Amino acid sequence: MNRALRPLAATTLIFVLAFAAAALQYPALLSTRVLGDLLTDNAFVGITAVGMTFVILSGGIDLSVGAVIGFSGVLAAALISWWGVHPLVAFAIVLAVAAAFGAAMGCIIHYLEVPSFIVTLAGMFLARGAASILTQDSIPITHPFYHEISTLALKLPGGGKITAIGVLMLLVFALGTLLAHRTRFGSNVYAIGGNPTSASLMGVPIGQTTILIYTLSSFLAGLGGIVFSIYTSAGYPLAAVGVELDVISAVVIGGTLLVGGYGFVVGTFIGVLMQGLVQVYIIFDGSLSSWWTKIVIGFLLLLFILMQRFVFATATVPRKG
Amino acid sequence: MTALSRLAHKLRPVLTVQTAALALVLFGNWLLFPGFFHLSIQDDRLFGSLIDVLNRGAPVAILAVGMTLVIATRGMDLSVGAVMAVSGAIAATLVQAGYPAGIAVPAALLAGVACGAWNGFLIAVLDMQPIVATLVLMVAGRGVAQLITEGSIVTFDDPWLGYLGTGSLIGLPMPVVILIVVAAIAILIVRRTALGIFIEPVGINASAARLSGLHSKLVLLAVYSFCGLCAGVAGILVAADIQGADANNAGLWLELDAILAVVIGGTSLLGGRFSILLSIVGALIIQATNTGILVSGLPPEFNLIVKAAVILVILVVQSPRMVGLMRPRSGRPK
Repeated sequence: MNRALRPLAATTLIFVLAFAAAALQYPALLSTRVLGDLLTDNAFVGITAVGMTFVILSGGIDLSVGAVIGFSGVLAAALISWWGVHPLVAFAIVLAVAAAFGAAMGCIIHYLEVPSFIVTLAGMFLARGAASILTQDSIPITHPFYHEISTLALKLPGGGKITAIGVLMLLVFALGTLLAHRTRFGSNVYAIGGNPTSASLMGVPIGQTTILIYTLSSFLAGLGGIVFSIYTSAGYPLAAVGVELDVISAVVIGGTLLVGGYGFVVGTFIGVLMQGLVQVYIIFDGSLSSWWTKIVIGFLLLLFILMQRFVFATATVPRKG
Repeated sequence: MTALSRLAHKLRPVLTVQTAALALVLFGNWLLFPGFFHLSIQDDRLFGSLIDVLNRGAPVAILAVGMTLVIATRGMDLSVGAVMAVSGAIAATLVQAGYPAGIAVPAALLAGVACGAWNGFLIAVLDMQPIVATLVLMVAGRGVAQLITEGSIVTFDDPWLGYLGTGSLIGLPMPVVILIVVAAIAILIVRRTALGIFIEPVGINASAARLSGLHSKLVLLAVYSFCGLCAGVAGILVAADIQGADANNAGLWLELDAILAVVIGGTSLLGGRFSILLSIVGALIIQATNTGILVSGLPPEFNLIVKAAVILVILVVQSPRMVGLMRPRSGRPK
């Protein structure tokens, strides 16, 4: 097997083992109902995590995604419920605004050479602030179209179903994988993450790629916000507070290195499922308090990072002499 | 003229972008609220908006002191907010269980140091990236704090612990006094001991520092432990201020404010040269902006927008590109 694929294989193996162990304890976990819900409940995190994977692959970070999810949901709800815009038109406007927001952050990061950490932190304040200026309260969405897409689902044998937003997440992951491995943009992202100086010397358009990466991340966070508004049938300015952490954790658990240049979109998918599994397990158990979720996810993060270090240490020659 | 130029020369270290920005924000506050600079003494204690900025800004400023050293080693500590929740939870739970503050406070500080040392261990010994290593504790720490408080908000009524949050000493509120003490200790350590000389090389080039015989690992361990200690102090202050420990909300997002304060203070996220005093100025800029929005009567919804705008303006002015544009050097190679 390709050496570069080893951490991904190890992450997948751990997920399968964890799932098997959980399923042995609670056989009901194996039902299509639980599996379908795993996709639906984590759809907005998964979609956002695809964008975050590209950001982290390029060696950056995007702290604004949680706030962009909140803002997009509120904007969509305001457009539909207050101003009577058709949901599809509202989606287009929301996605355009989110993409423009990401492009602006990308421009500041590239042209002013300010670290992405700080720029996206300011972006987080800006998006969250804009959402709370639009409204302080939750705006319900009662448009019939919303009802239709939120109930649209593929029936599975065994009583489960994959909802439209679950399918959308799978689609985004598939497109993200193609974008990462089959396009020039994808190769450029890996090149910048590996070594920006040599990427620039090889003729990779650093500026254009950087701006596109943050545009993509905000665009997908905007899509995540729309999905979240479909999931909850409402827009709320404080929705998805702290989701950037879940998203970054999913990417890290999925085996993408935070220094950039190494990782897979598929790994992120497993990272999202792994976090979903922890939550499902704690719900099934019933006696564990919800704060155990945080401790377990923290422990998982540690475990996966240690495992990756171990795999890397045996697979490659240590860089430091 | 010579006297004037000598004065200008003396003032040079004080006249930085940061102090100018702080003056500008304070001036803006004064325009919005004419009584801003008014100070009064009641019951041997100073009162006024300026004191309030210092008092409210103290926890973030204390975090920023520790964070400055961490960032100077080219690191990052995302866990300080969660560590604040842990130390606050320990102090509150111990006091509520009947232990005196003389035991609860050192125990909470020790917990802060232990959290910092854990981060330092992951980074120095296991060679993890600082963001990931501290992300672990950022996620898990709040869960641990909730485990300590058993999910509830622990309130207490202890005069000594309460004094740390709301009392005053020589006319200043205790949080400000504690900030001054922490900053003084940190500045003494970094400017008067060998440890201080070692921090910058580790940040600039860790390999070179190690090859020239520096115990980089020990330096990192010490720096992260100190950052944990600062977070512990800030956590106790916040818990003492509200006479209770809220594991969910204590120190929430303060790690971001602290990192922001350090960056506004001019310390590069890429490590190296640092200034503790300017980081504190950075924390005060953030707090003065918050206070300004409050006193101006602007709806609080605008708080985040104004904050983001202030950050962007300061960052744009400080960014390498802009500095290059404003001060074109004649001898610059083309």
